[in-house]
Formats: sequence, structure tokens, C-alpha cells
Amino acid sequence: MALETFYEVMRRQGITRRSFLKYCSLTAAALGLGPEFAPQIAEAMETKPRTPVLWLHGLECTCCSESFIRSAHPLAKDVVLSMISLDYDDTLMASAGHQAEAILDEVMEKYKGNYILAVEGNPPLNEDGMYCIIGGKPFVDQLKKVAKDAKAIISWGSCASYGCVQAARPNPTRATPVHEVIFDKPIIKVPGCPPIAEVMTGVITYMLTFDRLPDLDRQGRPKMFYSQRIHDKCYRRPHFDAGQYVESFDDEGARKGYCLYKVGCKGPTTYNACSTVRWNDGVSFPIQAGHGCIGCSEDGFWDKGSWYARLADLKGSGFGVEANADQVGLIAAGAVGAGVAVHAAVSALKRAQHKNTDNGADNSATGGEK
Amino acid sequence: MSDTSLSGAAPPAASATPVAQAIKGGRKLTTVYVYEAPVRLWHWVNALSIVVLCITGYFIGSPFPTLSGEASAHYLMGTIRFVHFAAGYILAVGFLGRIIWAFFGNKYSRELFTFPFWRKSFWRGFFVEIKWYAFLKPRPLKFVGHNPLAQVFMFFVMVLGLAFMIVTGFALYSEGTGPGSWQDKLFGWVLPLLGGSMQVHTLHHLGMWVIILFVIIHVYSVIREDIMSRQTMVSAITNGHRTFRDDDPE
Repeated sequence: MALETFYEVMRRQGITRRSFLKYCSLTAAALGLGPEFAPQIAEAMETKPRTPVLWLHGLECTCCSESFIRSAHPLAKDVVLSMISLDYDDTLMASAGHQAEAILDEVMEKYKGNYILAVEGNPPLNEDGMYCIIGGKPFVDQLKKVAKDAKAIISWGSCASYGCVQAARPNPTRATPVHEVIFDKPIIKVPGCPPIAEVMTGVITYMLTFDRLPDLDRQGRPKMFYSQRIHDKCYRRPHFDAGQYVESFDDEGARKGYCLYKVGCKGPTTYNACSTVRWNDGVSFPIQAGHGCIGCSEDGFWDKGSWYARLADLKGSGFGVEANADQVGLIAAGAVGAGVAVHAAVSALKRAQHKNTDNGADNSATGGEK
Repeated sequence: MSDTSLSGAAPPAASATPVAQAIKGGRKLTTVYVYEAPVRLWHWVNALSIVVLCITGYFIGSPFPTLSGEASAHYLMGTIRFVHFAAGYILAVGFLGRIIWAFFGNKYSRELFTFPFWRKSFWRGFFVEIKWYAFLKPRPLKFVGHNPLAQVFMFFVMVLGLAFMIVTGFALYSEGTGPGSWQDKLFGWVLPLLGGSMQVHTLHHLGMWVIILFVIIHVYSVIREDIMSRQTMVSAITNGHRTFRDDDPE
């Protein structure tokens, strides 16, 4: 395998130069870069030897892969994907078994310290990792082995980034996100269940062409896609500010496309690009389809209560099955209010009692001052 | 710290006769200037902000019934949120000012920020107050500033609790102002620390309820103390002077 450039790979795939340049400018736009970056991307792809991406699968449902192969840019699908499958992705590549594992070793050897590791899913750590076995070994071993010589790691989806459904309470397999297993490599989190296809290809393209990590926020997510909430760019936002809400899913407000805040939309607490990039070639996204955001790209979204409620429930904090902050607060306020009322009544009684005896004492001491 | 006895010099055993004499010779009322103007101002601004914040905050979490017509004709939620943020700023600035005043004000101005758990007299007063509230003691002690029980509540709810609400409030506000804003730089780290935006919203909400509980207890005990204790309460935080109803020691 000679060190061919991206451009060469694309041409080999039958992509015209015109399509290639279109891809470059579209990618620049998708990454939030100005038009002057398109030639820069083109040049990088023409001259740089391609960086292999090894794509590992732990405990996951393959929704990240499913999303990825539906990327709106045909080139991202055909080129980036085929470049990856050339190397290692046990779901998508043709080879299997020992042959597949041999490719992994070969790439790791040849591109030591120079390949990108993309992880879909996460390693379960209970029972020595026996809940996820790849090629006869626990996935956590494979992950650590491949991560050792990787340049950087991409955590695909909420599984790799935060744990997702398999790490939801009580997390029987102790499914653990990548950054709690690998500590010595830069890790880019691309959360979502799944992440948006264009976000995934955008992150990979950025890393491959500019040869550096995208700017990351505090939680390690690329700022270009995760710096705003769904709510901030939602096309239903004017209804939120106006005070027009869907009260139930079959009401007039639902038909008129009012804000889904009251039926538990998690847009205001969820960082993702759904309301700008949208899904399936920009066709729609959950809120546009009339259902609130479920917050799938947020840490621990399975454990934060109903998808149809505004407040996280507190059952993990010992407050009953479905209690939320308002219910707990109202009950506490009621109890304290009742306590205060009783206390006030007793105080009044005691005072009256006391006054009687006091007056008696006062009378004798002061000669009837009243 | 507020001392438990005003006329500490007089030995308690000898108290009976001098008091009787004092009363005979006309009622003498000791008055102390406790709450200086900035403290009083802060108290009432803070109280007003809290009321506004609780009401608007509640309606941000549970909005009013839907308005009809075009979205462009209304800005109800926008206004409620604006009032909430404005009141939040006022509360935060007041809180900062109150901290600064603690450096310049009299000794009672520092009381709010202290929890002198190392002091024996503090715990003595604390348990006497508990007994007084549990109707086990017919007469409370006298206090120039807060009684120790009140001081514990003040410290944990009004200092730590308000600080928590200010920090989480600005963290949530930073979600709107965006990365790179000063709110984000100063408070943005709180969101991942406490488990994400959703969790911080819930905690901020719970904090509101804690403060509401505090307000209920505060208003009740202030009125009760004003009637039943040995010193004035409501007028003290209005004009700053605390008057004692008797000159008995202890």
C-alpha cells in the first residue's frame, strides 16, 4: 500500500476533478469556514498522504455507522468511507476473521503514531470485559492496543462519548466511555445517538485535511458543531419567546407548529447541530417532525427522566419513582407551611398561657402595672 | 459575633432585685444600632429580587397557557425571561456589594458570612434557641444580631444557597450568551461539573424551592420573634435600631 493522497484515492474511485472541488467547498461551508478555505482543503487533499482511520466497534448498535453511510455529500460517503473501509471497520469491510485482524496489525505497524482511531460504542469493564468480545479478546484490550499508537481518538456517538443506553442505570456490564479508559491521547467526542452524518464526515475531513484536531469545547466536543443548543437555532424559537406551546401532541398548537417546550423538548438543554444541519440530506429533524428533542447527544440522557417532561426526575436521588423538583418542592413547602401554622398556633397558646401567669407575677411585683 | 448577653457584667444570680428596681423607676429600653443602611438596603433589594426571581423562574419552568395569534404579536416568555435575568443580575450585584460591605461595616455586617462552629457560646445559644422553638424553654436569650439558630440558616441558605443559585444561574445564562462570553468563561465549567445542562436546570429549580422554604420560615420566625422574643425584629431591619424589651441579663 503506497502512501497515496486523498485526491488520488478519489480519482481512483472515479470522482471527477469538478466534483472534487465541489466537495471541497461544500466541506468548507459545512465546517463553518470561509470560501477562501476551499482551495486550502483541495490542496491538502491533493498533496497530503492520506491518514488511515481505524474504526473499532465496542458495545453499540451500529447506528453511528448507519448514520455515517447516509452522509448527504455523495463524496463523503464514497470517498471518506471507502478510504476507511480500506483499512479497518469490521462492520463495513469485506474481509473477516483473522484476515481482518491482520489488517489492523498491519496498519498499526505501518502508520505507527500516525493513524486516527475512531471508536463506535464503548468497552464494558465488568467480568474482565467479557460482555464484548472481538476476535476472541475483550474489546477493552483491543481498544487499548489500537489506542496506544494512535494520533488521536474520535469517540463516535453517545456510547463512546458518555456511555449511552448500555451505561444507563444500573449499567450491569459497567459500560464505560472511551475517555475513562484511555487517558494519554487527545479524544474528540462526537456525541449523538447517532451523530449527524455531516457532522461525522465534517470532523474526519477537518482532521485529515488540516492535520490537526478541531477546536474542542470543555467537554471535548468540536465547537463547530456543538457550541450551540438545538434551542438556539430552532426554527420554532419565535413561538417559545412568544409563549406559544404545544400543550399535548394532538392539539391546535401541535398542528400550527408551536414550540414543544411544554411536552418535554430537550432542545434547550442539548448541544448539537440538528436544527442547522438537520438530517437525511437536510430534509428534517425531530422537532420539525413535530416531536421534541430527546437530548440524545447529552451526557446520561437515558437517566434524566421522561422525554416528555421539562424537569429531570429525581428517582436516583431517593425521591420516589417519578418525582421532579417541583413536586418535591411543593410537598416540602406544604409540609413546612403546615409546620409553621401548627407552630404558630402552639406559640399563641403558650403565650396566652404565659401571659396569664406573667400577669399574676407582674401584679405582685410591680403593684398592678397593666 | 452577636453576644448573648447585653449586660454581661451583672452576675445572673443578682439579677432579680436590680431589674425590679429598674422597672419601678420607669421602663428603660436599650437600643443598639445593628443594621447599617447598606445592610438594610441589601436586605430589601435582595428580598424583592428573590420574590421576582421565584415567580418568573417558576413560570419559565412551567409556562402560562398558550397564547393564540401570530408569534410576532407576543413576547411573553421573552419578557418573563428578561425580568428573571434582570432580577438575577440585581441579586448578584447586591450579593457582591454585601460581601464588600462586610469588610467596611460594623461587626454585625460580618455575621451573615460566619458560621462560628468552634465557639462554645455559639452552640449554647443554638441549643437554647432550639429549646425555645420546641416550647421547652419559656424565655429565649437576648441577641443583638442574629440568634445562632437563625445564623445557621442565614449562612447555609442566604450565603451558600444564594451563591449556588448565582453560580448555576449564570452558568445557565451562559448557554444563551454562548462560548467565549464572560459568563461562559466564569461559570461555564459548572455545567459539565454538575452533570450537564438538564441537571443544572433541575438543581437550580430545587434551589428555588429551598429558598422558598427559607422565606416561609424566615417570615414566620421574624414575626414570631417580633411578638414573643426580647428584642425587635421588623423595625430593626427597617430603621436599623434594635430595641430590647427588658434589661435583664441573659
